[in-house]
Amino acid sequence: MTATVAKAEDGTDTPYALSHLDALESEAVHIFREVAGEFERPVILFSGGKDSIVMLHLALKAFAPAPVPFSLLHVDTGHNFPEVLEYRDRVVAAHGLRLHVASVQDYIDRGVLRERPDGTRNPLQTVPLTEKIQSERFDAVFGGGRRDEEKARAKERVFSLRDEFSQWDPRRQRPELWNLYNGRHAAGEHVRVFPLSNWTELDVWQYIDREGIDLPQIYFAHEREVFARGGMWLTAGEWGGPKTGETVEKRLVRYRTVGDMSCTGAVDSDAVTLEQVITEIAASRLTERGATRADDKLSEAAMEDRKREGYF
Amino acid sequence: MSTITTEELSATTLLRFATAGSVDDGKSTLVGRLLHDSKSVLTDQLEAVQRVSADRGQDAPDLALLTDGLRAEREQGITIDVAYRYFATPRRRFILADTPGHVQYTRNMVTGASTAELTVILVDARNGVVEQTRRHAAIAALLRVPHVVLAVNKMDLVEYKESVFAAIAEEFTAYASELGVPEITAIPISALAGDNVVDPSANMDWYGGPTFLEHLESVPVAHDLSHCHARLPVQYVIRPQSAELPDYRGYAGQIAAGTFRVGEAVTVLPSGRATRISAIDLLGKPVRAAWTTQSVTLLLEDDIDISRGDLIVPSKDAPATTQDIEATVCHVADQPLTVGHRVLLKHGTRTVKAIVKDIPSRLTLDDLSLHPHPGQLVANDIGRVKIRTAEPLPVDSYADSRRTGSFILIDPADGTTLTAGMVGESFAAPEPVKDGTDDDGWDF
Repeated sequence: MTATVAKAEDGTDTPYALSHLDALESEAVHIFREVAGEFERPVILFSGGKDSIVMLHLALKAFAPAPVPFSLLHVDTGHNFPEVLEYRDRVVAAHGLRLHVASVQDYIDRGVLRERPDGTRNPLQTVPLTEKIQSERFDAVFGGGRRDEEKARAKERVFSLRDEFSQWDPRRQRPELWNLYNGRHAAGEHVRVFPLSNWTELDVWQYIDREGIDLPQIYFAHEREVFARGGMWLTAGEWGGPKTGETVEKRLVRYRTVGDMSCTGAVDSDAVTLEQVITEIAASRLTERGATRADDKLSEAAMEDRKREGYF
Repeated sequence: MSTITTEELSATTLLRFATAGSVDDGKSTLVGRLLHDSKSVLTDQLEAVQRVSADRGQDAPDLALLTDGLRAEREQGITIDVAYRYFATPRRRFILADTPGHVQYTRNMVTGASTAELTVILVDARNGVVEQTRRHAAIAALLRVPHVVLAVNKMDLVEYKESVFAAIAEEFTAYASELGVPEITAIPISALAGDNVVDPSANMDWYGGPTFLEHLESVPVAHDLSHCHARLPVQYVIRPQSAELPDYRGYAGQIAAGTFRVGEAVTVLPSGRATRISAIDLLGKPVRAAWTTQSVTLLLEDDIDISRGDLIVPSKDAPATTQDIEATVCHVADQPLTVGHRVLLKHGTRTVKAIVKDIPSRLTLDDLSLHPHPGQLVANDIGRVKIRTAEPLPVDSYADSRRTGSFILIDPADGTTLTAGMVGESFAAPEPVKDGTDDDGWDF
């Protein structure tokens, strides 16, 4: 057998038990195949971050040796890490995929969206995302969201129905029974699908390690010019940092999550291999979002409120 | 978490479990204690709880805030929906379906229990087995959850007396065994004080069993599949149609039950055509055999017509197909289910039109009696139904297979998930139907 067989309590092999990573992988593949079987125009949200990279890897395995039957969608905030954009384009080309881009900068340039005083663009992604879903008539949108990320996300279904305004209503969710996912939706509605719902940050890293998945270099320790804001190290850039009084210094850092540069912080780290990263995360006393995401700290229900509006 | 090494982490198994408890039994405290004492609550999460608790003028951090995620829940101080929590020990990873205990949310307990290998039923040591405890045991039995834990909480409030615990454990075990619950473990705890949750209690040296967490870590998650009926619902047909692979046809799906082997004679339902497995692809790796919950691709010797919705089974062990299904159901939608209702039925990967022919009875969980011909089922009702499907379906009894014995009913008009269904008899020892005239309804 090539499947990993877990060890029983007494140290012997338990026949038919899957290791936790095999169980999570199998469940995610099942979700991808359900969507392929039931929807007309699915799309995978792809940011070049580790969760979307793992999603794409799972989709490739789910349909091999045939190509992934979905296209990709990047909601581009305009404040990207260059390494991540380079990675995105390389992956798209390598697998012969089609990439859609919804650009926040376009919306700002056209005057449809207004830059926020704090320069944060994450909340501005909602409008370009939902309009792209409508204009391309996507009926299933895969997101890399995990329930361990945030307590509003702990309530998210694997198949999450969104109305024609892309809104999430946590009180009107469909119960999800066994693995019988209900993808029924009316014209104009769509379903957000979260194949990594049951994964934790550590599961994602262990899976990347086990599968030997290539990642953008910003996930590993490197020297970078950063400045301190709100208890995080932010990368200096054209988006508006540092402000007067904020000093740039060179530090050895890495990123736990990849998002908009204006609100995604780096952590001090000397982890240059996957194994070192995993050891560091297993020992961390901070959650991924607590350590590196400014936008979730805006209010007690920041994530719930943004999800209600159509954010993923 | 800091004591776990990378090596240890990769060898662990995954246990899915669900909690159930009445409103004041201390379920949130138990979950909070479990997360806190297993060091699964990280500093920033705890700080957020401390900050909000202090803002509200509370002396101690309210651990329930860790689990109540929605605005309405925080406003009302109750849990209104299933939430999923994740934690790990060196021995195992856990997915906890944290379900509200309030009677009006029975459907949420059914949802949580549908994927659980273990259910925790919490009772207050001062009150013992109450009506709600019996309901929770009945639902665990109905959903065929393999392991049930009775957590007798608030032992600190009964002076940690062995006699109190023993009486409750005995009463519950007798009741749950009668329902057909296969394995029951009773553990005396104090979630508030931390006795026997993660660490053994010095206050209950008469108790020789495992702590709550030790039990969760050691319950077996793998089953003996040698007697299981093997089942593969076909999800998707993989056809690359490329220059290198012009003739490749693979039937992809997650094995719902049992084991499949290369060379085995199989039959495709509902058509009944037979062939043999020529190869099994386990996500890119060829294997000789594959088993339940693995997502695989089967290649078959003969080129026969197979599509999404079909079921591949061993030829020697094929279920009968039927258009008439009798099942126990839990109604989960706000709109009622009535006789004559036209619905969609999703079983495995197949969705077919169906009609509700009869609702012979509704179960009264209080005494497990059956109320005949209720006319309809409303939200949270559990009842028997007879359904006629537009096409024949290969259904198993839920008692034999939780995956291929279950189905959902969907409203074709708006796509609402109406009902969770379990094919066949509901309990090991069903109670006789009682005369319904004296039944003035139930409160749930």
